[in-house]
Amino acid sequence: MSKKPAPDPARERPWPKLLKRPSVPMPRPGAQRSAEPIARGSEWTLSTLEKFDSALARHAQRLGLDTYPTQYELITANQMIDLCSTVGMPVHYAHWSFGKQLLAQERGYRKGLSGLAYEIVINTDPSLAYLMETNTLALQVLVMAHAGYGHNGFFKTNYLFRQFTQADAILDYLKFARGFVQECDERYGWPEVEKILDSCHALAAYGVDRYRRPGRLSPRREQERVRERLRFAEQHYKPDFAHLDAPTPTREEEAATAAANFEPQENLLYFIEKNAPKLAPWQRELVRIVRKVAQYFYPQRLTKVANEGAATFWHYTLLHELYDSGEVDDGFMLEWLANHSEVVTQPAYDSRSFHGINPYSLGFSIYRDIRRVCEQPTDEDRQWFPQLAGSSWNEAIAFAMANFKDDSLIEQYLSPKVMRELRLFLLRDGEEDRRHYDVRAIHNEDGYVKLRQALAAQYRLESHTPSIVVARAGDDTERALLLQHRVEHGRLLEAESAETVLKYIKELWKFDVVLEEIDAGGSRLKIHRT
Amino acid sequence: MNDRVGSRFMRIVDRRGDPQGRGAVNRERFIRRFKDEIKRAADDEFAKRSITDVGRGGRVTIPGRGLVEPHLTHDDQTGSRDFVVPGNREFLPGDKLPRPEGDGQGGPDGDEPGEGEGRDSFAFVLSREEFLAMFFDDLELPNLERTRFGEVTMERMHRAGYTRDGLPMNLLPAMTVRMSIARRIALRGALTDQIEELERELEEAGADRRTQIDEEISHLRHRRETLPFLEDVDRRYRARVARPAPAARAVMLCLMDVSGSMDERKKDLAKRFFVLLYLFLERKYGGVDVVFIRHTEHAEEVDEQRFFNDPLTGGTLVRPALELAQRVIDTRYGGPDWNVYVAQASDGDCTSEDGRLSAAFVDDVLLPKVRYFAYVDIPSSSGWFNRPSDLWQSYDAIEDPAFARRSVRGRSDIWPVFRDLFGRKQAA
Repeated sequence: MSKKPAPDPARERPWPKLLKRPSVPMPRPGAQRSAEPIARGSEWTLSTLEKFDSALARHAQRLGLDTYPTQYELITANQMIDLCSTVGMPVHYAHWSFGKQLLAQERGYRKGLSGLAYEIVINTDPSLAYLMETNTLALQVLVMAHAGYGHNGFFKTNYLFRQFTQADAILDYLKFARGFVQECDERYGWPEVEKILDSCHALAAYGVDRYRRPGRLSPRREQERVRERLRFAEQHYKPDFAHLDAPTPTREEEAATAAANFEPQENLLYFIEKNAPKLAPWQRELVRIVRKVAQYFYPQRLTKVANEGAATFWHYTLLHELYDSGEVDDGFMLEWLANHSEVVTQPAYDSRSFHGINPYSLGFSIYRDIRRVCEQPTDEDRQWFPQLAGSSWNEAIAFAMANFKDDSLIEQYLSPKVMRELRLFLLRDGEEDRRHYDVRAIHNEDGYVKLRQALAAQYRLESHTPSIVVARAGDDTERALLLQHRVEHGRLLEAESAETVLKYIKELWKFDVVLEEIDAGGSRLKIHRT
Repeated sequence: MNDRVGSRFMRIVDRRGDPQGRGAVNRERFIRRFKDEIKRAADDEFAKRSITDVGRGGRVTIPGRGLVEPHLTHDDQTGSRDFVVPGNREFLPGDKLPRPEGDGQGGPDGDEPGEGEGRDSFAFVLSREEFLAMFFDDLELPNLERTRFGEVTMERMHRAGYTRDGLPMNLLPAMTVRMSIARRIALRGALTDQIEELERELEEAGADRRTQIDEEISHLRHRRETLPFLEDVDRRYRARVARPAPAARAVMLCLMDVSGSMDERKKDLAKRFFVLLYLFLERKYGGVDVVFIRHTEHAEEVDEQRFFNDPLTGGTLVRPALELAQRVIDTRYGGPDWNVYVAQASDGDCTSEDGRLSAAFVDDVLLPKVRYFAYVDIPSSSGWFNRPSDLWQSYDAIEDPAFARRSVRGRSDIWPVFRDLFGRKQAA
């Protein structure tokens, strides 16, 4: 492509104008109003918020949105900063990395660099949503609709959350974890505790069971288990004979069979918790805590687009319902719409503010388009979504919320219209040419399917979290831990971070750790050692 | 699910009043972990501060390398990947566009850091307390004597169990009543035994003996019924004994030359030194007395406000200030339970006579009374190159481990000199 060919009809762009802004339909001024506005202006009181909540509840129920009950907590900006620093959980064990978050956020907020996340919702039963006291009325109601109904409904119905998290047990479990970490701090000293936690945090992405449903969390049982374990260890403490308890050194054949029977394990932290040769019971317990917390957040990692999209769709829908029935006035609408459009902005790939695809924007577009296809299908939609066109949108949305995660949602529902609106295009960063990206597909007839598949693949976990498994462990005299990275498309691990992470793993395993990168054929491409 | 509106569970809990600072524990952990880096940054920060700002909290920036939380990622320089981005304005399939340098743009994951600070450094704001804690962390008042070293002691009263006599205000009613109950139980038991024995005797005794025994029994019964509720032996008091305790009472005398030869630059340096000293004492030893003495030809004791802010000019005589210091020590801080410190700041201009007398006075009179005498010399920036000041030369005569002197030439010297003077000395 050194010289541009002369203009030819094939290079006619399939669109006439520059990128259109995503259109936000304005309120319909002439519509029938059945009620007076619940409140005017931007001031709010607890009782107006309650009135708004019951109005939202009425509309949500009418539209078929199923949610947990919600408890709203009114908090100050400082409390919000605190919350954000501990990944949104009101209770968490103490760790310096949360302090780092806190300091960064605080500074950003003080300097006015960044606003605060004005919605945090916690997947518990009843679900907890936070309202910040400095928000105006319109924003409070927006947060209530977004978090208290949108996210909440998603948490309640989505299959991943139903299957993987016990909404009602997480806060109690975190309380237990906080107590346990504190106790360890006192008994064993903070540097030791931090060493273990740091290592575990580096591996948190590999602390989840991806397919198996985890056992129920019960803080009380958990506590009893720990106490029992520690008591046993203390009662049977006999340093002189400790070597008798150690597993007898395996002979060659045994080792061979063990190696042959060893099944690769993908839950690294689980494997370490159960098999690390030299961890003390309390250290195993810490590993377990990090693992359980990671497991709780696992569905959230898989459903960023779906979750935020659903929440945004629902606040958009519910607030419009409020407007249509006359319960809010024009000023209210304009205020939250300004905010809403900021949230769903998708900067173009070459803009300075581009940080990847905005999950709010993508998710919102997808859900809104589902509704559009149901209500006003075009010929194109009939061809692409025959099952949706003309059906009830409430049911279609409920189904989409309940049964998909990011990649499957995109693969199923990303419509040509959304691709056109977002002007998506597919780039290839190939080994052949490191100085350029190839444009592989754009939003035209040939490109839709490719785009959709590629975008879906992009949201698969493996595409951003390299897949690592435990391939062999402790079957030789060195007791080394062998990890394997299954290389896809020749994408190796970033060497520097791999090395640091290996050091962290060694901190837990205490013996050598080897990480080899193998391709699909099983041949080794690269090896990292501690 | 059907009737959620009516029986809906809905609560707004106002948590604004909840105790603040839930994040403090994590914040503290962060500071604890990166103490060295933060301290270094705080030291740098100090050099840049104006004098009134020294005690405030502030922004510090530490290198970002240590605080990366690593995780496994793909190396974008290897293999090939397909990714979708929005905002196509001009491209058709088959086009190429230049690959941006480094990473960030174009990546499919949106978690790259924003512009600005970047990954190399991490900036945040420390509170005043945290800031000062960082400054003064390993500083100590030198030679502060405590009992452990056996010399200077004062007595402190301590609780030590109970005693049978004491002042009424130390009476322990509960303990006293308990003793009284015990006494009454014991005596009642003894009397009952005696009565029972007499009753047994009564059965065998003759008539005349009977009346005698009857009398005795009724007497004993009477005694048993009328045991006194409280007697002197029941009383218990708090016992307090004097135990030797470390004498950590300390006074710091700050002497500053404010004469005409001290120009604004020098005064600024001197004040910086004293502000630092003052903050250090205030923070580390809540109970330390600080005395401010400034002098031209005359010496006067002033309050903190005037010491730092009030302009004054005149000639220089050092000795009156030292004499005033001595008088202050003698009248207010005499006796063995005071640790006395003197810090003097001057440009060192003085007549040779005054210098000699001052040195002798310090050596003979002051040093025996004080734990530590620190002299900070602020020589003129112009003037003879590196020539020691007059006072500095005069002080050459003093040789005493309790005497220390340093020279400060610029702002950046102050903190190192301060550290040097008050740094925690390795235990000898």
